[in-house]
Amino acid sequence: MSDMNQQMTAKYKNNFLKEIEEQAEMGDWVKMCMQCGVCSGSCPTNFHPGWDHPPQEIFMLIRAGKRDEVLNSQSMWMCTSCYNCYVRCPRKIPITHIMHGIAEYAYRIGRAPKNQPTLHLSQTFWNNCTKNGRVNEVQLTQTLYFKDGIADGIKKAMAMQAAALGLVKAGRLNPMEALGGGHKCKDIKGIHAMLAKAKELEAKRKGRTA
Amino acid sequence: MTSVVATNQSILVVGGGIAGMTAALEAAETGKQVVLVEKNPYLGGRTVQLYRYFPKMCHPSCGLEINLRRLKANPRIQVLTMAEVTGISGAKGNYSVNVKLAPRFVNENCTACGECNRVATTEVADAFNYNLGKVKAAYLPSDMAYPQRYVIDPSVIGSAEADTIKAACKYGAIDLDMKEETVTLNAGAIVWATGWQPYDAEKITPYRYGEFKNVITNVEFERLADPHGPTGGKILRPSDGKEAKNIAFIQCAGSRDENHLRHCSRFCCMASLKQTKYVQEAWGDEGKSTIYYIDIRAIDRFEDFYQEVKANPNVCFVKSKVARISEDKNGDPRLWGVNTEGYIRYAEPHDLVVLAVGMEPSVKGVDIPAEVMSDSSGFLMADPVNAGIFGAGCATNALDVNRAVQSATAAALRAVQVVNKVARAEA
Repeated sequence: MSDMNQQMTAKYKNNFLKEIEEQAEMGDWVKMCMQCGVCSGSCPTNFHPGWDHPPQEIFMLIRAGKRDEVLNSQSMWMCTSCYNCYVRCPRKIPITHIMHGIAEYAYRIGRAPKNQPTLHLSQTFWNNCTKNGRVNEVQLTQTLYFKDGIADGIKKAMAMQAAALGLVKAGRLNPMEALGGGHKCKDIKGIHAMLAKAKELEAKRKGRTA
Repeated sequence: MTSVVATNQSILVVGGGIAGMTAALEAAETGKQVVLVEKNPYLGGRTVQLYRYFPKMCHPSCGLEINLRRLKANPRIQVLTMAEVTGISGAKGNYSVNVKLAPRFVNENCTACGECNRVATTEVADAFNYNLGKVKAAYLPSDMAYPQRYVIDPSVIGSAEADTIKAACKYGAIDLDMKEETVTLNAGAIVWATGWQPYDAEKITPYRYGEFKNVITNVEFERLADPHGPTGGKILRPSDGKEAKNIAFIQCAGSRDENHLRHCSRFCCMASLKQTKYVQEAWGDEGKSTIYYIDIRAIDRFEDFYQEVKANPNVCFVKSKVARISEDKNGDPRLWGVNTEGYIRYAEPHDLVVLAVGMEPSVKGVDIPAEVMSDSSGFLMADPVNAGIFGAGCATNALDVNRAVQSATAAALRAVQVVNKVARAEA
């Protein structure tokens, strides 16, 4: 259990709904759900075995205070951001955003599931893009392809060979970036300062120590 | 020219549905002069398009007949059909109202013998049956139509067929030279009873209404079940005429939805519960109904009705708002969603899907040609700014027939009070 998790457990005691409302992005919409089920029925991951709780069930679990069940769930990470649920919701609840908000919160307090592929992608992308203020495409794909070992990485890379060559020819991908560096934004320090400030402001707004 | 006798002690009732008829009768029976204006060629509105009423399962024609007797016996009511109010000016106690009258091409000599219908050949959409069938261009809107007078569709005017129709009439009732006209009349108070229309189901895109023939609305289902309807009362599905025995009802189709109608339309739960009885009546134990619902709102004394339907083993309830509909090769609509009681996924085929579409006001508040207050759904609210204009029936809220009649009686009383005041001032 991380410090953040202990801090939040102590702060909200048994009121998990309040915790989500205050800490997760768009979490204050959870109480608006009327449990009609249209989001669950509209979800493209509906018949997927990894999809343990559909959105409306997640919302009910939050209200019922099932903290562990929600935070450990794979559901938020399985979301494909197709926005079908958001579009069809009769209460206009931003369901897709809430799912992402809960996922982000679970990660922040160290409760996200281990070895979650979506989480791995998000982390890799975030680190890659915040480092220089620009995405280094070659390093990003490298990290993702070789996540499960060298043999697997080579297999994936070979499969995508044609696409990569096309990108190189069109000038959209620079193979030299594999050696490090790559394109950067002009003011890297400025970007880092902005991100640090944003993190500080968010922590202040949500009443927690960063 | 149509002549209308009306003074500032008259009451104008706009809309001749069950609410408008009630308001007109109640006011006239207290001795007031009433002008009743109706857009359709007949009175009775949406009520006469129903097969049966809930909760007593009696036929609307019965209640309508009583009202028509009262109307025929009352010399104080003037009825204008095919008429629309286009402008209201003046103030409480002294309104001046413009009414546009569309030509019927048939005058009061008509005996409803039907000769014109027999010689007509052109067919037009049958509006009374929600365009489920066709009628000839010289038609009586329904068997119960009041006035019992045929209508000639404007599409045949000027053709040789029109002359044949005119020649067939033995009573000189057909007047092909009738023109649209506008009359101006006085009124001390106005009862606005323009009623409702079913929500446009095509806007609910995941249900594919209009694209899949076997997805219909609850008002269309009423016509399918009615012996006077396009199928003679047989519940046959539109795509291939197959007997529809496994029928799904989707509640809140458009209602309680921020993307469509914000309000609960109140009547649709009861309407679907009632319609499961049509299925039972038509097919016995072979007829299966499934109601997909968020929650059943069978208010106050209707709870008994709900319990009775619930006890029927041929009616199944699934607590779920259906996510989408697809169509199988044989034309069966397939419903997709999650049953929230147990989070069970389903992909269920049915013979026919009935969308329990909600009510919206047929004339929204902003389109009423007078300064009136309306809510976000366009229903007329009770507000001092309305002055001598009083809403009645479904123009004011989503109501069933019973409540529409109550609302109409209340509006009539308010209108009577206004014209009484005018009468006292002039005495």
